Amino acid sequence: MSKSPWARLGRGISYFVLLFGAILTLVPLVWLVASTTKSKDDLFHYTFFAPHFTLENYTSLFAKMPFLNYLMNRGKKAIVVIMLSTMLIPGQVLMAPLYELINLLGMMDSWRGIIVPGAVSVFGIFLFRQSILQLPNELMHAGRIDGCTEFRLYWDIVMPVSRPMIGAFCLISFMGAWNSFLWPQIILHNRSLYTLPIALNQLRDLYNNQYGTLMAGTLLSILPVVILFLVLQKEFVAGLTAGAVKG
Amino acid sequence: MKETSFFRLQHRYAPYLFVSPFLFLFSVFGVYPIFKSLQLSLYITNGPRDHVFVGLGNFQFLLRDPDFHTAVWNTIVFALCSVFLQLPLSLGLAILLSQKWLKGRAFFRLAFFCPQLVGQAFVAVLFGVLFVPKFGLINQTLFSVFGIPDDTKWLQNPSLVMPALVLTSLWMYVGFNMIYFLAALQGVDLELYEAAKVDGANSRQQFFAVTLPGIRPVAVFVLVTATIGSFQLFELPYILLNNSAGPNKSGLTLVMYLFQTGFVTGDLGYASAVGWTLAIGVLVISLIQMRITGAWKGENA
Repeated sequence: MSKSPWARLGRGISYFVLLFGAILTLVPLVWLVASTTKSKDDLFHYTFFAPHFTLENYTSLFAKMPFLNYLMNRGKKAIVVIMLSTMLIPGQVLMAPLYELINLLGMMDSWRGIIVPGAVSVFGIFLFRQSILQLPNELMHAGRIDGCTEFRLYWDIVMPVSRPMIGAFCLISFMGAWNSFLWPQIILHNRSLYTLPIALNQLRDLYNNQYGTLMAGTLLSILPVVILFLVLQKEFVAGLTAGAVKG
Repeated sequence: MKETSFFRLQHRYAPYLFVSPFLFLFSVFGVYPIFKSLQLSLYITNGPRDHVFVGLGNFQFLLRDPDFHTAVWNTIVFALCSVFLQLPLSLGLAILLSQKWLKGRAFFRLAFFCPQLVGQAFVAVLFGVLFVPKFGLINQTLFSVFGIPDDTKWLQNPSLVMPALVLTSLWMYVGFNMIYFLAALQGVDLELYEAAKVDGANSRQQFFAVTLPGIRPVAVFVLVTATIGSFQLFELPYILLNNSAGPNKSGLTLVMYLFQTGFVTGDLGYASAVGWTLAIGVLVISLIQMRITGAWKGENA
């Protein structure tokens, strides 16, 4: 019954649609990778990879821009943000008063100006609350009877059990911080403090038509997130869907 | 005796101690700005010290400003396109991916999801090059597959800016929302399908009688968050259109309008008024969406 010609046709069409969609999704990324290995003349001459492989885009990227510096800026910021157990999105309503506040606190044009407001994450609190609520109360009770202080309960029971959620949350905050554009754009003016999205946006003007170099910068900017994601994939999807399914 | 009283004390006060760092930061950077922005929205400001009280003047000006109208219109068009193109595609892919006979599920899931790893700013830089007239991959493909002339100026022609934005956002978010639908589909009780089959329901009837009700809570969540997300559109058009609103302001969105009035022109009071208008608009739309989709019908989401 299920192996009727119609069912087979349906499956064939399904595979076709999925493959077609997957190709459409992946092609821009493959093009991105290929474009960084082509010389300026070859870039649009060959659709994807060219016979002449070159790394000149990367050398010119590092020669003209302190690109490593921007990479470092991101990492540092992301780590601090994670330490403070945070996430982003203060919401556009808050941008104007936050700007005033940051100015008042003397945090303008500094990383503190992006890190400290970013340390407030209602989403994070919500996420952890969901996972901690599922811990059986008896566990805490047993601990208390054994003479554990509340801090030890937190440190030795709640923290280890919440580890998957902590992993998921770290990754989500890391990606949020790594990719955030609007607030750093507002707060940072000094070039040496620029984070990657802002630096790359500036790079466009600098490299007017050197698309290959620009793409090399783009690829390097997204690579760390891709690697981190591949390592923590399971935690990430779990964290992402926890809010929706349990919400 | 001393120790037991310490034990009781720490048991009682530890929770407050635990939440205090968050509460402190939250009141300074979360609660205070909310009230401050309400106040600011009643002023015209220019720099940190120059505040002039105008009452509801900012809101009155905003409602008459043609640029604001453009921003509202663009944002609504983008949101509608996003929701009505993106979500059906995401759900369709999720349904295909959750078929039992499918091979290579992990590959497809990863392939569709991976654009989400690329931040919006980076996507904008990448697609800025893909949309280049003549040589860009998109025009090249359209030319070689459909014979469409390859000099389409996606980002210079006012009527093509919005399609370019929608196309790019489809690439970014179809796979992302698909993940939510996939998770929801896995939670649908398989016995319900069996029961429906016994009752003689065909696959379309099964979809409307079993699948849709089963994934409703998640579908509402995705609908509402996707709408909110598209109302916050900023980086994609801003970077794609060379740090501008594009030709004839065809890429001007509400958040871009807020950014330009508040942080380029420098009127934080006016920006607060824009922010509140946006927030209230989004809230109303979310409430309507939840009402229509019956999110409050005593569902255990």
